[in-house]
Parts: sequence; C-alpha cells; structure tokens
Amino acid sequence: MSTLIIGATSRIALATARELASAGDRLYLVARDADALDRLARDLRTRGAQVDTAVHDVNDTASQDSMLETAWSTLGRVDTVLIAHGTLPDQAACERDIPRALAEFTTNAVAGLGLALDIANRLERQGEGTLAMITSVAGERGRQSNYLYGAAKAAVSRLLEGLAHRFSGSGVRVLDIRPGLVDTPMTANFPKGPLWASAEQVGGRIANLLQVGAEGVRYVPRRWFWIMLIIRSLPRALLHRTRL
Amino acid sequence: MTNGEFSGWGRYPRATGALVCPAAPDRVHSALQAAGDGDIIARGMGRSYGDSALAATMLDSGLLDHYIHFDPDTGVLDCEAGVSLDQILRLLVPQGWFPPVTPGTRFVTVGGAIAADVHGKNHHRDGCFSAHVPALELVLADGSSVCCSPRDNSDLFRATCGGMGLTGMITRATLQMRRIPSSVLRETVIRTTDLAQTLALFDEHHDAGYSVAWLDCLAPTGRLGRSLVMLGEHDDTTDVLDLHRVPRLRVPLDAPAGLLNRYTLRLFNALYYARGPGQPTTRRVHYGSFFYPLDAIREWNRLYGRRGFVQYQFVLPREAGMAGLTLVLERIARSGHGSFLSVLKALGPANDNHLSFPMEGYTLALDFRVEPALFALLDELDAIVHDHGGRIYLAKDARMQREYVHRGYPYLDVFREVRMRYGAHRRFHSHQSRRLGI
Repeated sequence: MSTLIIGATSRIALATARELASAGDRLYLVARDADALDRLARDLRTRGAQVDTAVHDVNDTASQDSMLETAWSTLGRVDTVLIAHGTLPDQAACERDIPRALAEFTTNAVAGLGLALDIANRLERQGEGTLAMITSVAGERGRQSNYLYGAAKAAVSRLLEGLAHRFSGSGVRVLDIRPGLVDTPMTANFPKGPLWASAEQVGGRIANLLQVGAEGVRYVPRRWFWIMLIIRSLPRALLHRTRL
Repeated sequence: MTNGEFSGWGRYPRATGALVCPAAPDRVHSALQAAGDGDIIARGMGRSYGDSALAATMLDSGLLDHYIHFDPDTGVLDCEAGVSLDQILRLLVPQGWFPPVTPGTRFVTVGGAIAADVHGKNHHRDGCFSAHVPALELVLADGSSVCCSPRDNSDLFRATCGGMGLTGMITRATLQMRRIPSSVLRETVIRTTDLAQTLALFDEHHDAGYSVAWLDCLAPTGRLGRSLVMLGEHDDTTDVLDLHRVPRLRVPLDAPAGLLNRYTLRLFNALYYARGPGQPTTRRVHYGSFFYPLDAIREWNRLYGRRGFVQYQFVLPREAGMAGLTLVLERIARSGHGSFLSVLKALGPANDNHLSFPMEGYTLALDFRVEPALFALLDELDAIVHDHGGRIYLAKDARMQREYVHRGYPYLDVFREVRMRYGAHRRFHSHQSRRLGI
C-alpha cells in the first residue's frame, strides 16, 4: 500500500505511520519541520518502510499543487492519503486576539479544505483510493471550552460528508477519523483521566482502518461513538450548565 | 509539562515534581534552560524502584523513541534513548536478533538500562548492558551534546554507564544485538534443598548461557536457601521467531495492605517450591515467559498495597557469599517479614564503570512491603552486606543510609570528580543522589 501523510510528524500520524511501516508500506511524508521529518523517515525506514519526504507548510496554499504533483509522480499511484496536521488553539487567548483566532482557523480548517478538495480530484482521476482526515469529536458540538477548534473540525467534517456523497458508488472512499481525548504533545498540559487514549492506541486503530479500507465516520477509540451519542443528545439547557 | 506526584516502580517514596517531555534529542538543551534552578534528572519508564528518577524536574525520554538505523548484517542498532526493550524486541526478534543483556522486565528504556547498567541472567558470561554499548550520546549540564564510548571521552562513558542519570541525559545509543536461532529457550529447572547446594549448582553451571535461582526465603530452618535453579539456552533445534504477547492481565486496584502477609507469603513460597520438579527437567519455553514472567501482569506493583514496597538487592563477593547469605536469610526468617519473590544469581566480574552494581559473587533481590518495622530490618541487613564487602543496587534502593554508599562503591570519588569536571553536580540530582550525598 502507498500512503501519503500530511502533517506526518504529529504524534498520531507518527504512530499510524509506524504501524504502516511494519507492514512494509510505501510512505510519502509531508511536514513543516525538516529535521523532525528526517528523524521520522529514518525511524520508519528502520521499521521496514520505503520512505520519501517533502517539507511543506499546509498554510502555503500557493505551493500546494506542486507538492501534491511531486508526491503523485514519486509514488506513481496513491492508495491512501491521510491528512493529519492540526493545532490546538488556546481558546481564551483567541477570544481576545481575533487575528490569532483566524490564523488558527486557517490552519485547522481552510488549509485542510484546500488539501481535501485537491486530493479528491486527484483520487477521482485515479479512479480509486482513500481520502482520510483526522478531525475530532470536538467538532460535533459547540462548547465554551473549545469551540474555535470545534468549529474548524466541524467545517472539515461537513466537507468530508459532502465528498463522501459525491463519490458514493465510485472507487474513491472518504474516511472521517474522529479521535477522542489523546495523550500527545498537543494536549501535554491537560490533566489526564481514564478516558484518555495513548497516541499508539489511536495510531494502531487508524492504521487498521486504512488497511481494511474503512469509510464514513469512525471514532477512535470506539467508545467515543457512545460518548458522543450522549453529548450530541444533551438538551441545550443541560449542556449550558456543564463546564464542557 | 505535567506537575504531579511521582514514584518509582516500588511506589515508595512518592514526591511531587514536574515532568517535562523534550520532543527531540536536540530539544533537551532548551528543556534544561527552561527548568530553572531546581534539581533535574532524566526519567524513562519509571522502572527503577526507589527515588533514583525523582527530582523537582524530570526529563521524560518518552518522545525520544525513534530508531536511527539497524544493520541486519552486523546487528548494530542505533536508536534514541527513550526506545524500550519491548519495542526493540518487536522490531528485531522476527529478524533473529535479541538484546545482548536484558533485565527481568522489557519495560525499560535504553537510556535507563545504560544509566542503571542493568544485568541479566547471562551476567556471568556476557557482563552488563554497557558491555554491548559501543557508543552513546549525552546532553551535559550546559546543554551541549557529546558522544562518548570506551575510547572517546571514556571518563564520561565510565561515569554515565551505571551513573543513574547523574552525568546528564542520554539521548542516543548504539547497541550490539545478539543473534538468536529462535524465540525459544531450553529451560532446565533443578530443585535444591539448601543454600550450599544452590551455590554449588551455580558453580557447576558457570558455562550455562543463562542462570538464575528462585529462592524460598521463608523455608523452614535447615532448609535455608532451598531454590529452584533455572538454566537456559537459546534453542537452535527450531527456527520459529514468534513475538511475545501483549499482557492481558492487570492488577485493577491497590491490594489491601494485608494481602501479602507472612502466612500468604509462606504458603506461596512453599507451593512454588513444591511445584519444582523432583528431578532436573528440561522444557522448551518462549523467551517471554523465560525472561519476563512478571511482565504478563500489568501494574503488579499494586499487589503490595497503597504504601508500596521496597526491593532490596545486594551483591556479596564470592568468597563471602555462603556466610553472608546465610546471615541475611536467617535474619529475615527471624523478622517475620517475607518476600513474595526472591531471586538469587551468580554474577561475573565487575567492570570499570564507577557505579556499576555487579561484582563477582552472588546477588539476591527481595521484595518487602513497606511497613514501619521494615526499615530497621533493612538497616541491619545493610550492615551484614557491607561487613562482608558487598553493596546495594542503586536502581532498587529507596532508603539506604549515606555511609554505606561510600563503603559499597569504592570509585564514588572518581565519579564525583567526573561530575564536577562536566558541571553535572550543579544541575543533575535525584532525590536518591541528595539522600546519599552523591
């Protein structure tokens, strides 16, 4: 299987890539930080993957086309694309600093939408393949603690929903991966409880979803399907009495 | 950064501190700068038992978990220091390679294995972990990173291997792996009736690939030191290379304090001994159950209850072994304290590292539940051990008195000099090094 991973040095993407590497996959990794990318590539090669890399900032939309062009010509055929980049905005700071809020939204939503639309067209031309994106359970309900991040993830999820509709019945699959609480450097400052999963658990499950060609919306770990079912059905008045 | 309460594997003592996870080896220096004036120590998987990985700031090696290169022709592995033996086994057993030295758990990092200079059941033949480390990279107190080996910066190498993290933070290492014909071991179990017979068996089987004894520390008088001696060799009559299983069992909660009392321990020890074969018996076992029986149960340290336990491990020089072990076992039998698992092993010669634990002789490891009366007993055992020329393993220690570390570790002053030469004494300290005045 050949997989293109955008935001490859994020801890969840890294854990996913390691699983794919042990299966001997062909990987094409895209990330901003050249040193981190080189370090990850060595790790994955040691684990058995054939690896190419490209340094690219997802907010640099002008060079997006050439980045994808190079990825496609290097791999020849792309079975799976995993878009995994993201930041966790400081909600309180963004409420006071609007330009900062917009910049975070651009990274988490706009950059992802641009990539998804472009990649969708390429997969359509190719006739088959999977577009997988890591969104979040945070996109399912606006909550005071995290609604900027949630709004960005919701935008991506709606786009994926539409793409899935567009490609239904074709060879192109669309997968919306919604992790719950994951212990990664992005969430290093959060107190952890029993609901938290490790990046390795989540990456293992994502790799498995990619390997079996899953599509639609998937929660990782699975228990978040049930948790979100409850949170989505909380009446507004009740939700507003929580600190969620 | 996570602020909270931390402990070693023994869950005694506990201390508050900040856990910082540098994202890459080249970020360790900025983590050092950001740490302020308090004590700093590196921390891997927290498997040292006492307070050797506790400090105001703990640099967690969890994100330094990248491989760098493996050469399948020579078996040389380059990796970052946060890579665990568990991960290495997953990568290399299917290719027919195995860690050259492994402690009784695979949940240790490479950095931790070097810092404690761990030994395994093959110490009598293959020495400590550091004997198979051709080179390592260390971040010093000033944030600079330096490569050291037995040839280059050898003072730093000798101090860092076994140095309990007190010279700096190990960020990368090169390991020489060993070839294995299969993932299977031929294990021979021999039951002995007393200590003299147990020690004689170690002598007789000095050329065995692996050897260790499980000892009944609550045996009746006259049967003191009766054991099951276990010998092992990699099985070359098969070529299966199967990985170990992921542990399914876990201790779900802290056991009530009284679960492991003198009666249940005596019963367990007697049953375990009785399970041993009357005649020496050889069977084929997977490396997982041969090397890592306790890894099958996650969080087994909770069996000792909320107050935790102390693992007491000492070594006695060969000639003092019989007399010293007898005194120690008699003293324990009189005390009424008992150990769930007591492990005895004959060690090979000491190496040149300043603070490495092993010396030619016998090492015994015992687990004791923490209770107020325990500490006086351990102080008495310390006196016996050191009067016989022995020493205590720093990776296990949680409570030793300061005078003993000087008696047990004759190169402590050399170690201190190296620490001062590289400015480590001003930055790197654990609760243990403060307690012992290292």
